[in-house]
Amino acid sequence: MSAVIENHHDDHHHGPDKGLMRWVLTTNHKDIGTLYLWFSFAMFLTGGCMALVIRAELFQPGLQLVVPEFFNQMTTMHGLIMVFGAVMPAFVGLANWLVPMMIGAPDMALPRMNNYSFWILPFAFSMLLSTLFMEGGAPNFGWTFYAPLSTEYAPPSVTFFIFAVHLMGISSIMGSINVVVTILNLRAPGMRLMDMPLFVWTWLITAYLLIAVMPVLAGVVTMMLMDIHFGTAFFSAGGGGDPVLFQHVFWFFGHPEVYIMILPAFGIVSAIIPTFARKKLFGYDSMVYATASIAFLSFIVWAHHMFTVGMPIAGELYFMYATMLIAVPTGVKVFNWAATMWQGSMTFETPMLFAVAFVILFTIGGLSGLMLSIVPADFQYHDTYFVVAHFHYVLVPGSIFSIMAAAYYWLPKWTGNMYDETLGKTHFWLSFVGVNVTFFPQHFIGLAGMPRRYPDYALQFADWNMVSSVGAFIFGFSQLLFLFIVIKCIMGGKKATDEVWDGAEGLEWTIASPAPYHTFSTPPELPERSMA
Amino acid sequence: MARKESKVGGVQRLKASLQWLIAVAALSSSWQALADWSALNMTRGVTAISREVYDLHMLIFTICVVIGVLVFGVMIWSMLVHRKSLGHKPATFSHSTKLEYAWTIIPIFILIGMAVPATSTLRDMYDASGADIDIEVRGYQWKWQYTYLSDDPNQEVKFISSLLTPPDEYYNRTPKRENYLSDVDNPLVIPINKRVRFLITSNDVIHSWWVPDFAVKKDAIPGFVHEAWAVVEEPGIYRGKCTELCGKDHGFMPIVVKAVEQAEYESWLAMKQQEALQVYETVGKTWTMAELMETGEQVYAQACQSCHQANGQGIPPAFPSLVGQGLAIGPIDAHIDIVVNGKAGSAMQAFAAQLNPAEIAAVVTYERNAWGNNVGDLVQPRAVNALISSKE
Ligand code: HEM
Ligand SMILES: [Cu+2]
Repeated sequence: MSAVIENHHDDHHHGPDKGLMRWVLTTNHKDIGTLYLWFSFAMFLTGGCMALVIRAELFQPGLQLVVPEFFNQMTTMHGLIMVFGAVMPAFVGLANWLVPMMIGAPDMALPRMNNYSFWILPFAFSMLLSTLFMEGGAPNFGWTFYAPLSTEYAPPSVTFFIFAVHLMGISSIMGSINVVVTILNLRAPGMRLMDMPLFVWTWLITAYLLIAVMPVLAGVVTMMLMDIHFGTAFFSAGGGGDPVLFQHVFWFFGHPEVYIMILPAFGIVSAIIPTFARKKLFGYDSMVYATASIAFLSFIVWAHHMFTVGMPIAGELYFMYATMLIAVPTGVKVFNWAATMWQGSMTFETPMLFAVAFVILFTIGGLSGLMLSIVPADFQYHDTYFVVAHFHYVLVPGSIFSIMAAAYYWLPKWTGNMYDETLGKTHFWLSFVGVNVTFFPQHFIGLAGMPRRYPDYALQFADWNMVSSVGAFIFGFSQLLFLFIVIKCIMGGKKATDEVWDGAEGLEWTIASPAPYHTFSTPPELPERSMA
Repeated sequence: MARKESKVGGVQRLKASLQWLIAVAALSSSWQALADWSALNMTRGVTAISREVYDLHMLIFTICVVIGVLVFGVMIWSMLVHRKSLGHKPATFSHSTKLEYAWTIIPIFILIGMAVPATSTLRDMYDASGADIDIEVRGYQWKWQYTYLSDDPNQEVKFISSLLTPPDEYYNRTPKRENYLSDVDNPLVIPINKRVRFLITSNDVIHSWWVPDFAVKKDAIPGFVHEAWAVVEEPGIYRGKCTELCGKDHGFMPIVVKAVEQAEYESWLAMKQQEALQVYETVGKTWTMAELMETGEQVYAQACQSCHQANGQGIPPAFPSLVGQGLAIGPIDAHIDIVVNGKAGSAMQAFAAQLNPAEIAAVVTYERNAWGNNVGDLVQPRAVNALISSKE
């Protein structure tokens, strides 16, 4: 940001440019945050439609709507779009909006790069989505794209998939470098690391995880590219390669990746619960240490996704024990949230409803994760709907609920208007019911023996699949209500105060609502030490 | 540990109330599901190992439920009582070293309580002592091949096991029968009370061989042979599934294992060996066009149709059409070659490993003369056999 403002340029610096070019050229963290969030929502609906195709097909036994080839494309694209297009960009969008405002910085440290990191994404996802119209169809080998199904046996569109993944990786790495540099350099004078809000902390750690593992993902897809087009045989047994190597490399990326999708959620919930309990966050220090331990452990547990590939027993035991250990810091977080609520003075506006639901439902996902880490039992759970239930519990009422909570919590700050509380609560209850009706029965379906990624199933799974599909449609359609609520809030509504919530703490609540285009051009005076 | 002992009663009660809760949920959505509790939980199975796994599952499940009930109980209590609307004033505490130590350390002990039985079960599963019978399990897109290994190659029994449910059923043209998608043409047959070792591998992509009743799930990976074993205690029919995404018909390659008394197993094996000998004889004789076409049509339906489709049109580009183009109307030697040896880097397998020479001759002849291809030539099993032996 240019520090010196000449008089005749004044108007350019006080407000945004007009028209489309404002969005294309913007280097303003709030604009870019908004772009990320809308992009993510568009991908959420796109991936959601694919999920509904899947659930519609699974409503009854038999093939009614799609053929198996297309079903596999739907599961693959759904997973890829939700992970890389919906959840991750939403968190980056929130980081863009919030990190500078929370640490009292005027903008992200590298604004031009910020613009690039966003604008790569539409290209990446257009490329990925275009594969649906190619001969041979879209990628059909699952979001985990195990070789050799994704190499020797893949449809021709796999090459486009590889380049799309490369673009997403570049975008994520640039975005995370920006977050790290911003947090380490642009904090308001006097704000120590241990004074930072937890959202900033969790994002700092997430950004390091991203920088560490996105290159691994890039490496694995590049090896695939070489195998497919340049005659190498990294993953081809026939050529002396090793298909299991693929899985090790993939999950070395993949397991930290799942924590990339949950750590910022921890930060959001740690901001919201204290506000509506009107009580300080319990155990701030242990929250930070727990987050760091989870991040560390996430690098040394990857093969818990591979218990059935035939590892020697020493390997199985090591990965089992290491995975079980993650439950300890995860437990610390949950207990801290419960202790924050305890003896508070709670009210239940929409953000709080989503945050509390997050804690409870995420914990259910954590407990099923603990069950999955027990190797002999995992032999029965692995690649069944039990696993599907597990990761949807941590990702949908986990990550996605936290994003919804964040949207409701900070919308008044972003738009200057209060959202419609009644509609917000309706949206919450529909989502809450929908999510549980969809995913809870999947625990049973899985235990009873239905494998995942099946377009059709034996008759004994019919009842619960039907229930699950009904839930999915409830959940899916209630997201249109969310869209309506957000648009309504942007268009107008009760004016928000600067503080918005009576118990809210943090620098973002000290600036006007809506947040002016430029904030903290001069660093704020910190209130007397509040944290630690 | 002592703590756990004293909790058992409570655990039982909790378990009962949880079952009750789930039952209510089931009731409200489906009477049928309620009728069958096994539709909701893990299979207990028919081996000592599978029962150990089931007990382990119930133990960790119960521990998780107890933890869940306690934590959610505290939260719900708090949400009901510590509300602003009830005039509750917020407390000011924000940490407690004692509590924080407690809820870091206690979970570690609970985890140890889970890890101990888990480790011992896993060690039992990894017991690598010898076996009474060795069976190679080989995954193909989209069927299983079972080979009863024997020191004498003439005694070896080998067959393909694939889905029995006809497309009419899964395309909803005829009613779905019992064991829909769970029946195969040739089940694996094993004797009870014998230690059967499965040597699991794959010919193309990764599959995974899962029989819940044995608690056996092992990935079938090209280039690797992994081992699993089972001692089945009760005669019966046990059904399993492929559990690693392996392409379009991943959901259509079930597993059926028939466990029988030793005597029955032996006579079955002898019969299979006899059949193999008969095949030898049929390869020697000269076949007519009509015979080849008739057998060819059957073989096509069993081995080729899932990719190249009943009408031969395939699903291009992955699975090319055989009608009026390519090898099917080209030189016959190349046609035989691709069926015998497959095509590297594609889903086209080397069928010499799955079909006998007579079947290969028949199906090649069929492909050249069906769907209006009408090339008019045919190939004798003898010729196919000569080609295969010359390779060896
Ligand atoms: C206490 C914490 C957790 C434990 C112990 C745990 C454990 C596991 C284990 C053992 C598996 C492999 C299951 C199998 O394939 O057989 C698994 C799968 C998975 N977990 Fe977790 N998990 C935990 C939390 C999370 C969180 C927080 C997320 C993401 C937000 C997550 C996302 C996933 C995903 C996406 C998969 C499935 C990947 C796939 O195969 O497609 N898990 N988890
Ligand atoms: Cu993991």
